[in-house]
Amino acid sequence: MHEAGIVQSLLALAEEKARAAGAERIGSIRLRVGRMTGVVPEALEQAFAILRTGTIASEAALDVEYVPGAFWCPGCAGEFETADLIGSCPTCGEPSADLRRGREMDLVSLEVE
Amino acid sequence: MCLECGCGLPGPTRVDGKPLHDHDDGHEHGHDHGPPHEHGHGHPHEHAHEPRATREVEVFQSLFAANDRQAERNRGVFSAHDLLVLNLVSSPGSGKTTLLVKTIERLAPGTRTCVVVGDLETDNDARRLRTTGAPVVQISTGTLCHLDAGMVARASGSLPLRELDLLFIENVGNLVCPSEFDLGEDLRVVLLSVTEGEDKPLKYPPLFRGAHAVVVTKTDLAEPCAFDRETALANLRRVNPTARVFELSARTGAGMDAWCAWLAASRKKDAAGTR
Repeated sequence: MHEAGIVQSLLALAEEKARAAGAERIGSIRLRVGRMTGVVPEALEQAFAILRTGTIASEAALDVEYVPGAFWCPGCAGEFETADLIGSCPTCGEPSADLRRGREMDLVSLEVE
Repeated sequence: MCLECGCGLPGPTRVDGKPLHDHDDGHEHGHDHGPPHEHGHGHPHEHAHEPRATREVEVFQSLFAANDRQAERNRGVFSAHDLLVLNLVSSPGSGKTTLLVKTIERLAPGTRTCVVVGDLETDNDARRLRTTGAPVVQISTGTLCHLDAGMVARASGSLPLRELDLLFIENVGNLVCPSEFDLGEDLRVVLLSVTEGEDKPLKYPPLFRGAHAVVVTKTDLAEPCAFDRETALANLRRVNPTARVFELSARTGAGMDAWCAWLAASRKKDAAGTR
C-alpha cells in the first residue's frame, strides 16, 4: 500500500482545513480507516511520523479509528462483520463481494490552536 | 502525488515523455513552499500572538475525494463520447499488453480502440501497442505504483476520443494500490495468469473484489505450470462471486472469441446507457 502517499494527502487536507479555520498549529488529527483498504497501521504511523516534519502538524498526534469490514449477505438478507479481507457469511457460508463498510479513508476532525 | 517535494502535484509523472505539469519549469526542489498552496485566497491574520485555546475543527472528508471527483468528471467526458472504458489491472508480467495487442487486432476495424498505458518507466509497452495502429498514450509514473484519475484525464485529453469506441487503460502492474483509485472507467478487469498460481485472489482480495471481470491468461501454459483451475476459480469465487470469468490464451487465440464478444456486448449496453 502507498501509506506515504495517503499521509501526504492527509497532511495537505489537514493543513488546508486548519488554515481555513484560522489555526496555526495542529495538535491532533482524527482519521477513520477501513480495515478493507489494506492500509498497514505501522506503515501509516511511520509515514506520519516522518512526513509531518516541517508542517503545521509537526507535533501532531495521529488518532486512527479502524473500521471493521462489513458485508451484505443476499441469502440471509443481513450484514456480517469480518476480521479478514475475505467476506464469507458466518451463518450460511456463502461468499459476498457486497462490501458495505471498511473502505473508509476519512479525515474526521482536527484539534487545532 | 509528488514524492520529491510533497507539493501535492503529481511529480515525476510523464505523459508520452513530457512532464504531466510544468513542474520542471523553475520549480526548485529544496526551496520552501510547504503544502498546501494558497490559491490566492489567504486569510489575513491581524490578531495578537497570544496563546490560543485548543479547539476542534470537524472535517469529515475522504482522502480519496479529490480523485473520486476527477474520476466522475472523466466518466462524464467518456460517456459524452460514447466511449466504453476498461481499467486493466494485474501483477507485472501477467500478459496485459499481449492481451491488448491481440484484442485490438481482433476488434479492428469494426471497433476503434485506443490505449492509455501506465508504467514506472520506459515506453516499451506503448511501442508494442502502437504496432496495432491504435492511438496509444504512455504514462510514465516515475515512482508511483498506480494511475490516478488526474493522470488519465491528462493522457486521454490528447486522444481523438470523438473518433473512438473503446479505451483500455492498462494500469501499472500492481495488485495492491490500484484498487482504491477510480479512474472513471465503466468496467474494471483483473488479469490472473496461470503462471502466478491459484491463490492470488485470496492474497489480494480488495483488487479481485472490485473486478467486473477476471481474465485467466496464458492458459496454454496451464499444464506445464500444473495450474489447478478448479482451485483458482473457487478462490476467486470466495472473494468475488459475481465477476465474469474468461479463460484464454492471447498467444494461441483460445478463448479470445468469448472475451471479444463480451467487449462488444458491453459496448452496446454502454451506448444504450443500460449499464
